Amino acid sequence: MSRIRGGHNFYQVRFSDRKVLASKEIVDILLALDLNTIEIHKNSVKEEGFILYDSESMKKKFEGAQFIDIPFRKIAFDVGKNSVMANTVATGSVLGLLDLGLDVLNDILKMTFRGKGEEIIEKNIACAEAGYNYAHSNCPRCEAFGIPEPDGKKLLLIDGVQAIGMGALVSGCKFYSAYPMSPSTGILNYLASRAEEYGLVIEQAEDEISAINMTIGASFAGVRAMTGSSGGGFALMVEGLSLAGITETPLVVAEMQRPGPATGLPTRTEQGDLLFVLYAGHGEFPRVIFEPGTPEQAFYLTNKAFELSEKYQIPVFIQSDQYLGESEWTFENFDFERLVYNDYRVREKDLEGVEEYKRYKYSDTGVSPLAVPGEAGKHLVVADSDEHDEEGHIIEDSETRIKMVQKRLLKKLPLIKKEIEAPLLYGDPSPEIVLVGHGSTYGVIKEIVDIYSKDRKIAMMHFSQIYPLPEQDGFDYIEFLKNAGLVISIENNASGQFAKFIRAETGFEFTHQILKYDGRPFTIENLKEEVDAYL
Amino acid sequence: MPTSEDYEGQVPAWCPGCGNFQILSTIKQALVELGIEPWEVLLVSGIGQAGKLPHYIKCHTFNGLHGRTLPVATAAKLANHSLHVIAVAGDGDCYAEGGNHFLHAIRRSPNISLFVHNNQIYGLTKGQASPTSAKGTHTPAQPFGYLAHPFNPLSLAISQECSFVARGFAGDQEHLKELMKAAITHRGFSLLDILQPCVTFNKINTFKWYRERVYKLDDDYDPYNQIKAFEKALEWEDKIPNGIFYKKDKETLEEMVPTIHETPLVRKKFSFEDVKHEIEKFY
Ligand SMILES: Cc1ncc(C[n+]2csc(CCOP(=O)(O)OP(=O)(O)O)c2C)c(N)n1
Ligand code: SF4
Ligand SMILES: [Mg+2]
Repeated sequence: MSRIRGGHNFYQVRFSDRKVLASKEIVDILLALDLNTIEIHKNSVKEEGFILYDSESMKKKFEGAQFIDIPFRKIAFDVGKNSVMANTVATGSVLGLLDLGLDVLNDILKMTFRGKGEEIIEKNIACAEAGYNYAHSNCPRCEAFGIPEPDGKKLLLIDGVQAIGMGALVSGCKFYSAYPMSPSTGILNYLASRAEEYGLVIEQAEDEISAINMTIGASFAGVRAMTGSSGGGFALMVEGLSLAGITETPLVVAEMQRPGPATGLPTRTEQGDLLFVLYAGHGEFPRVIFEPGTPEQAFYLTNKAFELSEKYQIPVFIQSDQYLGESEWTFENFDFERLVYNDYRVREKDLEGVEEYKRYKYSDTGVSPLAVPGEAGKHLVVADSDEHDEEGHIIEDSETRIKMVQKRLLKKLPLIKKEIEAPLLYGDPSPEIVLVGHGSTYGVIKEIVDIYSKDRKIAMMHFSQIYPLPEQDGFDYIEFLKNAGLVISIENNASGQFAKFIRAETGFEFTHQILKYDGRPFTIENLKEEVDAYL
Repeated sequence: MPTSEDYEGQVPAWCPGCGNFQILSTIKQALVELGIEPWEVLLVSGIGQAGKLPHYIKCHTFNGLHGRTLPVATAAKLANHSLHVIAVAGDGDCYAEGGNHFLHAIRRSPNISLFVHNNQIYGLTKGQASPTSAKGTHTPAQPFGYLAHPFNPLSLAISQECSFVARGFAGDQEHLKELMKAAITHRGFSLLDILQPCVTFNKINTFKWYRERVYKLDDDYDPYNQIKAFEKALEWEDKIPNGIFYKKDKETLEEMVPTIHETPLVRKKFSFEDVKHEIEKFY
């Protein structure tokens, strides 16, 4: 799928009465609105599947049992008096093929065109029905689908960027600044669309350097703030990241990966920036990186990102990619009881009795009181990108430098590590085969485990809280991997960045890796084929 | 009422005789005379000799990165518009490294002041050319003399209808103080470019050089005339006018953001209750 205007665009829908977690290579129905779509995707249609198209508007006729020719444009013109409604006819025809009824589509049409008046709504509904009936009565072997009646339960439908945006909103984020860049733009659009209702300030910056500095400025001034970009834009933010590091300003950054280098494949997907984000920023300062596997994880982890970034006054990343960012998933619910909100900032009443407030006061935990300038009575808040003393003023001496590095970095690190949860294990508790992944490969790996679990002892180990790695004393995930017969690391990049990272941090070496770097996500078929080769 | 002692900061690490000393003491006087308390002011600076200024005064301070004062200052103002926000920058800081932000801060027009210590040189890094250095200036980094045409911050700001455009001279503190007070109390983005002799690295634009050239705009000069202001801003070399060149009354950025009309963003309380129903929109 692509969010850029112009060129070939497609969208895959997969549904089932059990949970669907990944995309497939081969589809049952291809709905083609132009000739290009048939040429590009016809080999991805099942032999007994269908290709719906309009030979008249494409000016080309196809032979073969898969093809069902439906005059989308003509029906739209006859029924709706306007051929633009051809896509409504087409949507209706897919539902007709599947015998799913029109109630849901009609509701959607009413919502979509509510601003356009009754007449347009009625015409669209009539077009949908005409398409439905046409397909229903012209489908040669549609009984084969045998789709059970939907149980009518309403589900959440949400994509990764919306989940990150909503995660920010429910964490008290009130300021978002960014420069548009796919696939992060959805976060900007989502929060902008909620600004009025929830009283947010959204600023489209002149560049990403400005975006991160604005975010830091708002956060310094006492407001929960976030920025987001893709790899190229984040590259411009890197000096600002380091500024958040030394000034100990809470900062949340969404880094939505797309294939690089440079402009790369702007509308495609890759997990190519893990090591970049891990090492970005000159100098040494703590950070946290989360890489969610589902929109649901993205929601909770964004909340955790705000909690940790304010608790420890550090930058925290929500790293994801185009695939997860723009894929819509269904869920029964998100549990608001699981959310955390603690206000760690101090104001006038918290500073009662304090003689002299010091922004960078030494402490056992390394965390100093984070006062809100102007809301802290007469106390002054001084932050500095130079190395500084407890008050925040420039220093040069080595003694203060050492104490500040200890405060800012060394004392905080072990405490932060304790906050990180163990990787998720799914499947056999004492497996012979372990498939290891991080971030957006969660769904596809889990489905593969389900496929094999009938006759093999197989499990998935999935990391979504990536850096720092969790402690090993609760669940020793490295020992767990050492005990398995076959361990395969699965990544959507060319160099196995996650495997390198694990080796650097723990010494554990993955001897088997499945890497995909064509700019596309793993599908169930292609991952299964790769795993099959090991069995 | 605040006194100048309330604003006393650390001992400056500037060269003796540097024009920055006059700017520093003038800012303190201006704030005292305006009756603004230290905890009501946020100074945002970048890196350079000018960028060190907030350490030598006492108020809220964010001393950030080279060139990035304006994004920080703009957002801090959006987050808490009850603060007086003043951005302090060098000519390299603001017109080179931060040039893009300069342009866009003028366009956004937050109600903040920008004081640029314009010494026509890079002081901190020991004497390279800055965007405002004269063409032909010889420095260790410009083997054939400085080849670019000097940047004119005033004419650029006026062309973009910057809400307040002024220039002062570190060597005329009385006048500078009045300009600072006017800039701070002005509603909208105010640019105050300050001619600041760097006694160590700029041997051309010295106190004497400026003194021989500067003059004040007439009392009957009309700052609301954009074309006239533009003309004045082009004057340089033999005669250098100082004063308020241009003013344009317009809405500030904060006034245009409806979500912060009543309460500054920083004072808005958060509770799960207020956002709980967001999830329903996804069913
Ligand atoms: C990103 C970055 N690039 C370069 C520098 C080095 N640097 C510090 S100050 C400065 C220029 C100083 O000139 P100006 O802004 O005119 O300030 P002055 O010292 O003259 O007051 C430079 C190049 C830096 N700190 N950061
Ligand atoms: S180098 Fe120039 S600008 Fe810097 S302190 Fe010395 S005289 Fe002032
Ligand atoms: Mg300078």
